[in-house]
Parts: sequence; structure tokens; C-alpha cells
Amino acid sequence: MNKLAVNNLNLFYGDNHALKDISLPIPAKQVTALIGPSGCGKSTLLRTLNRMNDLVEGVKITGEVAFEGDDIYRDVDVKQLRMRVGMVFQKPNPFPMSIYENVAFGLKAQGIKDKKVLDAAVEESLRSAALWDEVKDRLDAPGQGLSGGQQQRLCIARTIAMKPEVILMDEPTSALDPIATHKIEDLMDELRKKFTIVIVTHSMNQAKRISDKTAFFWMGELVEHGETTQIFNQPQDQRTQGYVSGEFG
Amino acid sequence: MDTATKIRTANIKIKPNKSFDPIGMAFHALFLCSAMVGVISVATIGWFVFQEGLPAFSEAGVVNLITGREWLPPALYGIFPMIVASLISTLGAVMIGVPIAILTAVFLAELAPKWLANIVRPAVELLAGIPSVVYGFFGLVIIVPAIETLFNIPAGNTVLAGIIVLAIMILPTVITISETSIRALPATYKEGALALGASHIYSIFKVLVPAAKSGILTGVALGIARAIGETMAIIMVMGNAPAMPGSLLEPARTLTANIAMEMAYATGIHASALYSTGIVLLAFIVLLNASLLYVNRTRA
Repeated sequence: MNKLAVNNLNLFYGDNHALKDISLPIPAKQVTALIGPSGCGKSTLLRTLNRMNDLVEGVKITGEVAFEGDDIYRDVDVKQLRMRVGMVFQKPNPFPMSIYENVAFGLKAQGIKDKKVLDAAVEESLRSAALWDEVKDRLDAPGQGLSGGQQQRLCIARTIAMKPEVILMDEPTSALDPIATHKIEDLMDELRKKFTIVIVTHSMNQAKRISDKTAFFWMGELVEHGETTQIFNQPQDQRTQGYVSGEFG
Repeated sequence: MDTATKIRTANIKIKPNKSFDPIGMAFHALFLCSAMVGVISVATIGWFVFQEGLPAFSEAGVVNLITGREWLPPALYGIFPMIVASLISTLGAVMIGVPIAILTAVFLAELAPKWLANIVRPAVELLAGIPSVVYGFFGLVIIVPAIETLFNIPAGNTVLAGIIVLAIMILPTVITISETSIRALPATYKEGALALGASHIYSIFKVLVPAAKSGILTGVALGIARAIGETMAIIMVMGNAPAMPGSLLEPARTLTANIAMEMAYATGIHASALYSTGIVLLAFIVLLNASLLYVNRTRA
């Protein structure tokens, strides 16, 4: 069952044709990794999945992104979409407020004020993000006072609090040290049981370790996609072969 | 002899740092002198204002001067009504001007389409450059008559007129600094909030404005300083009666107006009392800056 399906998607930044006729199914409750060299369009594609590209001026999109069959650019309210398709960014970006407020932010934005509901959601989300034990005694401390890895798990908790179905991750560990990266990868192993995950990564080892499916992008094109083991062991395309073997990129 | 050997035999010595470096020292002195201009100016102003104002403090008594309700030189030097007038007009200007300014700043930074921002922003910047005497004209021609008609009173030169003119005068300062500090926020704040399904307006008021708080407060503090220090426009629209205003629809005289209007002919203790008015004014500014430092202490 596909959670998301990208169909014949083209994206232009002004005259720059950044995504060229992309079609990619994203299966439910699996980890799909988007790989490729810098500027290949993988982050751009990720940002079309929750319409973050709406913020960029001069973007034009043709084709379709279907979320459970509904075209997200036509049939879905963008705020509803972003609650169901959450996003974790490259650089941890906790808001300048307390740990508690960071996690409760999205729920409060939906008008939820009941302290009990919020308390429960904050605890549950922090537990799911494997951060609860480290912060339970200082929920009122500023979120930006945490270490980089903790901040990223806080951002994951904040996303989980909205009970999304899909979590998009844009190079979530590229700003972290190896130990923090390891913790996030462990966490993703848990998250994949509950959520559909799409991750952009520069690290081929990370893609190999954590993903079920891999899609390889090259200059705005989707060159090849399939089972991660197949992409890394028996790539069909010369360019994929070159990239995953480390010849370039 | 090959090149390497040549270099080796050239007996090059790495020189230690020169202990005497006249150009470096000259620049160092130049930087220091520049930095000292401001410090020396503030110190001098403080020193001479106190020097000149202290006789009035000792003659009339600090308490009498500050709490006295009558200003009748050379008999009585009470500046309490002027303290009240300065505080009320500034407070009023802040209450009207700051919300308008913050909303404008948010509009310019986040909401306005480019073409509209390109009209509003230069207009606001122009407002900053208009001399205060011209604001006084504006008050006299537009606001004073409007107050006369609206409230059916014979003279519109009132505290209210002063408040409105000051509110407009502080707009550019607060708008420009607030907009700059909102724009300086990392884009990731806004993206993070929107990615959680929050609306743009909710993100602005719950994330962006609080995150830009210290910058906005700095703008507000500069606005307050401008309002409390404003003299010319206030003299032109506020009526200047040195008595305690009973309402916003009565004339009043601010601390600055008191100094500017009487300095030309005051002598002796009268002149000294005007300097002591200046001391009170300085005290307010110091208090304002101190509270700004206090409020922004964790965010510096």
C-alpha cells in the first residue's frame, strides 16, 4: 500500500527545471531514502511532499503528489496536510521556548488547551523520541539549551506529537556527531514501526543501514528506485553504479 | 649549487615580532580616541548638568523641587506637573504608537507583497527624517483643530495632541528596528512552525515576535527615549501651561519644554532649576536604559 505517490512531477524555480518528470511510490510504514549528489533535487522533492516549497517565491509545480489518493496540491488543506506529513529539518530548529512548550506547540496551535491532554502528549512524544529520561526533570528549561543530538530528538518529539502518518527527514543527522547520529538512527528503527518515513541523506552508509527503499537522483531526474539492497548491490543504471560505488558524487 | 642549498645557505633568520610598531600603535590610538568621544561626551553632559542644577536642588530642596506642584519663578520651583506631563505623554505615545509599529513591522517583514512593502518602507523611512518642527506644524494644522472639533473645546493644544504627535514620531524607530530583528531570525523558526501545521499568523505571534523580542524591546526603548526627549513639536502642540493637567484635554508642559522655553531669559536659581529639570530628564533616560538591559539580560 502506497502512502504517498509522486506522479509525473515537474518543479521549476523560475526558469530552472529542478525536478524532471518524477514518479515515485512511497510505501506505508517503510523507510524510503532519497540519495544523490548535492543539487540533484532530493531535498526539493522532499519539500514538495508537505508543500514547504509553497514558501519559496517563483516555484511552479506540475503533476501530482497523492496522499492516500488525494492530490495534496488541490484536494487537501495545507495545514491539515502538514499535521499528517510532519518534517524534521537538517539543522535542529527548536523554538526559543521551553522543552515542554516546544513539544506542545503544534497541539496548542490547533487550539488544544487542556493541561492534562498536553501533559500526556508531551510525555508520550518525548518517550517516543527517546528523550524523556534525559529531560523529564527539566521540562521548563529552554529547548535550545540541549545538545545538538537532543535538540534533534526534541524536534522529532515535536513532530510526533501531532500524530502524523508520514515523517519527512531532511538530512536529519548531517549536523550531528557520530554518537548522536547513532542514537537518531536507533530511534528511526523504532519509528518505522509506526510511521512512514522519507529521509534525504548524503550518507550512503546511512541509507544502507536504515532504509527499505532507495531512490537515486541525478540532476533533477529520478534515475532509479527500488529495494535498498538492489540499488546498492545490483544497480541497473551506470550513474547509480558510479554513485553508490563512490566513484563520484 | 641547487636552489634548496642556496636557500639553506642564505642564512635566513625568522625575525621576532617587532616590539616597536608605530603604524599599529597609531591605529590603536585612533580607535581608542574614537571610542572615547561618546564616553567623554556623556560624562561631560552629566557633569555640567549636575554642576549647574545642584544649586537649585540645595536652595529649593530636592523633595520640594520634584514634588512641588507650583512653578512660579523666582518664588516656587516645583516640577512635579512637568514630570507628570512628560510621563503621561510618553506613556500615551507608547500605548498608541508601539502596537501600530509592531503590526507594521510584522506586515513588512512577513505579510506585505513586495510592491506594497516597497511603498510602505520608504514612507516609514521618510517619516524618520522629518524634522520635529515639521511634526509640530502637522500637529497644529491637523491634530489640534481635530481635537477642538471632536471634543468641542476652545483650545486643542492639549496633552492628547502631544500624545498623538509623539505616537507618530516614534513609529519609524520602532518599525525599522522591529522589522530588522524579525527579518534577522533564522528561516528555520518559521519553517518549523509551519511544518507542524500552524497557521502563518499563529507562527508570527507565537514564534517570530517572541523570538525577536529583544530587538523589538530595543526599538521600543529608543522610541520612548525619543518621545520623552522630544521638545519642539511638543512645545507647538501641547499648550505649555506649567500646571498639573487635570485630563488629557488640558494643556501641559513637559520637562523638555520647560527648559527650552525659559532658558533664554532665566538667571540665577531660575536657570539652575532648569538644569535640575535636565537632571530629572537624564535620570529617566538612565532608568530606561537600565531596565532595557535588565529585560534583555538573558538574551544578550
